[in-house]
Amino acid sequence: MLSRLRAPWPDSRAARLLGALSLLTCLCVIGMVAFVAVNAWPIFRYNGLSWLGPGGSIKTQIETMLASSGHPAASVFHLRAWPIIYGTLLVTVLAVAIALPLAVLCAVFIVELAPRRVRRVMVPVVRLLASVPSVIWGLIGVLVLVPYVGNHLITNSERDSLLGTVQLTGASLLVAVVVLALMIAPIMVALVCDALAAVPSSWREGAAALGVNRPRAIRAVNLRAIRPAIVAATVLATGRALGEAIMISMVSGSFFFAPRPGDGLTFFFEPLRTIASTLVDYREGISAPALNATLYALALLLLLSALVLSVGGYLIKQPLRRHQVIA
Amino acid sequence: MSGPLSESLPAAAVATRGRRSSVKTWRWGDRLAVLAAWGAGLFLCAVAAAVVLYMGYRGIQYLRPSLIFSRPAPGIKQNETGGFLDPLLGTALLTTIGIALAAPLAICSALWIVEYARDGRARQLSRVVESSIEIVAGTPDIVIALFGVALFQLHAFGFLSTTGEGGGVTGQSFLAAGAVMSLIALPPIFVATRDGLQAVPAQTREAAFALGKTRIATIRRVLLPRVRANVATGVTLGVSRIVADTAIVIVLLGDTLRFEPASSGLPVLRLLRGTGASLTSYVFDNSPAGEAGAPQKAYAAAFLLLVFVVLLNLAVQRIGSAQARSHGLAAGGLA
Repeated sequence: MLSRLRAPWPDSRAARLLGALSLLTCLCVIGMVAFVAVNAWPIFRYNGLSWLGPGGSIKTQIETMLASSGHPAASVFHLRAWPIIYGTLLVTVLAVAIALPLAVLCAVFIVELAPRRVRRVMVPVVRLLASVPSVIWGLIGVLVLVPYVGNHLITNSERDSLLGTVQLTGASLLVAVVVLALMIAPIMVALVCDALAAVPSSWREGAAALGVNRPRAIRAVNLRAIRPAIVAATVLATGRALGEAIMISMVSGSFFFAPRPGDGLTFFFEPLRTIASTLVDYREGISAPALNATLYALALLLLLSALVLSVGGYLIKQPLRRHQVIA
Repeated sequence: MSGPLSESLPAAAVATRGRRSSVKTWRWGDRLAVLAAWGAGLFLCAVAAAVVLYMGYRGIQYLRPSLIFSRPAPGIKQNETGGFLDPLLGTALLTTIGIALAAPLAICSALWIVEYARDGRARQLSRVVESSIEIVAGTPDIVIALFGVALFQLHAFGFLSTTGEGGGVTGQSFLAAGAVMSLIALPPIFVATRDGLQAVPAQTREAAFALGKTRIATIRRVLLPRVRANVATGVTLGVSRIVADTAIVIVLLGDTLRFEPASSGLPVLRLLRGTGASLTSYVFDNSPAGEAGAPQKAYAAAFLLLVFVVLLNLAVQRIGSAQARSHGLAAGGLA
């Protein structure tokens, strides 16, 4: 037996072994969806799909769940999670809206405009920014930006206007959005840079021959050509933003509150919770059955949106592949 | 839009660099756009410099050798709570387990997809494998962590972690966290290896086949040595993913101050089945958001973490440029 293994392997056996190992990842993905869905089931059973909607106070609902134990009654499973879903959408949309123009401009700078020496610095800088751990972003956010916003930007009248509802400490939508935008911008820069660098130079030379100046040519030829890549980068960054848990949990105040656009500028200083940060904040409540189901239902929501986003990003990139603009 | 423009003009006839068009002829909108691009680039540089310099300043202010070499201890004041030796070793342990699981799996998947699964049903299956790796790469780490808890709390996996008094499996241990970490380290290793294999020209393989080598022998003797640098890049990226991750640690490693080995079993296994912490979870817990609230120690540990990340980044760059020199591959590009 042993000698058979030691002898040179026939290709068919190697192929089967490697194939089996490769399929392990598929199993993991299927297992992940299955496990999360099974654990989330009670929420769907008792609430249907209406747990995604608004109604009641999510704070009291979660606290009831946390207090229950053993076999909780059906009423304990009551959940209306709209405030945190709204919070997630708010943070994600705002952060992507800031990061997108920043990233596209920065990518144009790196690939088209920067002198070679500056470019040689920019590439590692963007790479480094993309790999700074989220806990470090969170630490800087909570120890530097949050006190600054709390002490200098929030006025006393703003504090008083929300007296009794929520305390404005500086841990806010604003800090979460700014830090999140800085976290996802480098990822987008990297993707847009790759696409820009792959645009055939003859296209731009053609534009130059027609008498188009450089900024025009960049806008009319290069950026137009890579539109699908920009969309794909946005989609990918949206996925990252949706799933960012640690940093947001640290800087957003961890308070069940949905910022109210009606409050004017104070809106940006209000604390909030996102789906991912709720998962972090209540990680120890996993032993309470009802809360366990809630956490997995929220995780399922994140998982499905991430799935949709990665499939979407893949499909969007296809036209570029056809033109071989993306390697 | 590729056709007429690129084909009808001889590229050599167009001088893009030779004579610069004067900025004075640009419209104001164009000038502003260029200015904004410069601004965006320099802004990101400034952010990176600010993060590194600020963390460096705080690190030099608070990091002492005694912090690195002493174990954490329960205490109320900051001078009673010890250092972060255990979290540091915890990070090393997690990285080792994660990479030991992820690297073989990722390399085997890449080999199978590029070298074997070329037609028929295998081709379709390989598409499925590729997209599932892409899905894993896009899944938030907190969701992967919750999946890990659900999985390792099964009684079948009780041997990986400790069993509580009620007979319930905690699902929290170095083995469980390391296994889940391998999932987040897998995509970068896979992508780097796959791209490296795809860049090897077909005639290299054909030459090996012509000499009578089987595919697997070609892989061992020709292809794997050829893509060593790609694998190294991928593994380094994987290590930096694991080192930087917090969510999986706080959910799956129990997030205890010190190593807490399981109560029975072989010496090393006890440690692996027990709980602990990592640098990231130490930073998280000591920040105002966590329970301990010792910002000075959080700064010190975060500085150490950032040093690791910077070193890993430098390593990736060194490997990349060395590879470009030896193979004549075009350097540049970012991802």
